[in-house]
Amino acid sequence: MRLFDIELKNLRDGIMAMAGIAEEMIELTIQALAEPSSAKADRVNELDRQLDEWELKLDQLCVDLLALHSPAATDLRLVASSLKIVPEIERIGDHCCNIARRASFVHPPILSEGSLERLGQETRGMVRRAVDAFVGHDAALARAVIQNDDTVDELYGQIYRELLRIMLADPLCIERASHLILVIKNWERIADQATNIAEEVLYILKGRSAKHPYLRGNAVE
Amino acid sequence: MLACQNLKIEFDRKSVIKDVSLEFPPQRITAIIGPSGCGKSTLLRAFNRMHDLTPGARVSGLVTLSGKDIYHKDEDPVLVRRRIGMVFQKANPFPTLSIFNNTIAGLRLSGLRNRALLKEAAEKALVDAALWDEVKDRLKSNPMSLSGGQQQRLCIARALAVDPEVLLMDEPCSALDPIATAKIEELMFRLRERLSVVIVTHNMQQAARASDRTAFLWMGELIEEGETEAIFTTPKKSMTEDYITGRFG
Repeated sequence: MRLFDIELKNLRDGIMAMAGIAEEMIELTIQALAEPSSAKADRVNELDRQLDEWELKLDQLCVDLLALHSPAATDLRLVASSLKIVPEIERIGDHCCNIARRASFVHPPILSEGSLERLGQETRGMVRRAVDAFVGHDAALARAVIQNDDTVDELYGQIYRELLRIMLADPLCIERASHLILVIKNWERIADQATNIAEEVLYILKGRSAKHPYLRGNAVE
Repeated sequence: MLACQNLKIEFDRKSVIKDVSLEFPPQRITAIIGPSGCGKSTLLRAFNRMHDLTPGARVSGLVTLSGKDIYHKDEDPVLVRRRIGMVFQKANPFPTLSIFNNTIAGLRLSGLRNRALLKEAAEKALVDAALWDEVKDRLKSNPMSLSGGQQQRLCIARALAVDPEVLLMDEPCSALDPIATAKIEELMFRLRERLSVVIVTHNMQQAARASDRTAFLWMGELIEEGETEAIFTTPKKSMTEDYITGRFG
């Protein structure tokens, strides 16, 4: 195997390692919200440090690949998209930290049962499928992730409206509800990050940007 | 516009170019890429009838310039070569002529004798070839005193002096350092404003950065051609992808 192919494999493996860490952080975050535990929040922070280390390493690898190997075609698209996917995964880690930090402030629960967990699980599913699409070169799965973002946005809107109602009805809940608004905003951002990753997967596979389809008929077939 | 249709080239009945059809639009730089021995230079040489003198060479199909068959029996190959100039891999200035006389060699061959016109044409060609400032004080010097990159630009000036419509370049930078290469590429961009440039190159990065269109040849066949940006980011054929990513060839 050529050095270039070894380095490309290292890049793909690195992204998969980052994605694995991010998924573990999401799982821990969901658990921390359900049952506050400083150990879980601490673990999320530890894992975030690992993601940051990976980000620096993979950024450098991408720059080296561009400078030393002048990739073309699919290889070029993989490297160019990796420079975007890596920070998306790193941001997922940051959002998990933000949520985990607030986990102890959102109890006892004030939301209708299961709605917060459902938002977390939907988001986790999107991240997992975006990563699976990257690993399996699966354009259909990537498109499904992008469409799934509407479900998360809808869920976010429902919970947000519910929180407003709760705050209006009971001022004693305002502090918890404020934390929860930030929690759901972070989940919604993670879903956006999964969408961005899926768009990059489509670019790698199809060679055409899937972003902003309203601008020049950008929808990727 | 230079174009070929169903072009076939054989040497001693061995097929080297197989049914290639291509167009080279004006004001565009077209790169021809492909592995060694795929027929890139053979194809390029057919465009100014350089195979006419090669024993055993047979060219069939159609090569046209502005719609006229350049291989027609009434076409004078010398006149064809004025309209379609060529620059080779190794700079080949005439060693016994001065820089000035090298520049106007083609014009002299075509019968121009007026000294003032020749001086004017030489200066224009050397300016066009981005060499004037470097040689204007030593036009009578021997061209072999120039650097490799300067010699190559002198050859380009010589080709430009007869005001061609197409400039063919056969790996013009393969013997040059990156600075001299950059000067040739800048020159190509300037020349593009008024003529069609066709460059054969082994250097993928050069094809990517210095051409508008790219044609990929393999074993004498045209595999794919299109806008350079598309060829290097989203090639349609897996063979093209494998070649430009260095996985074969």
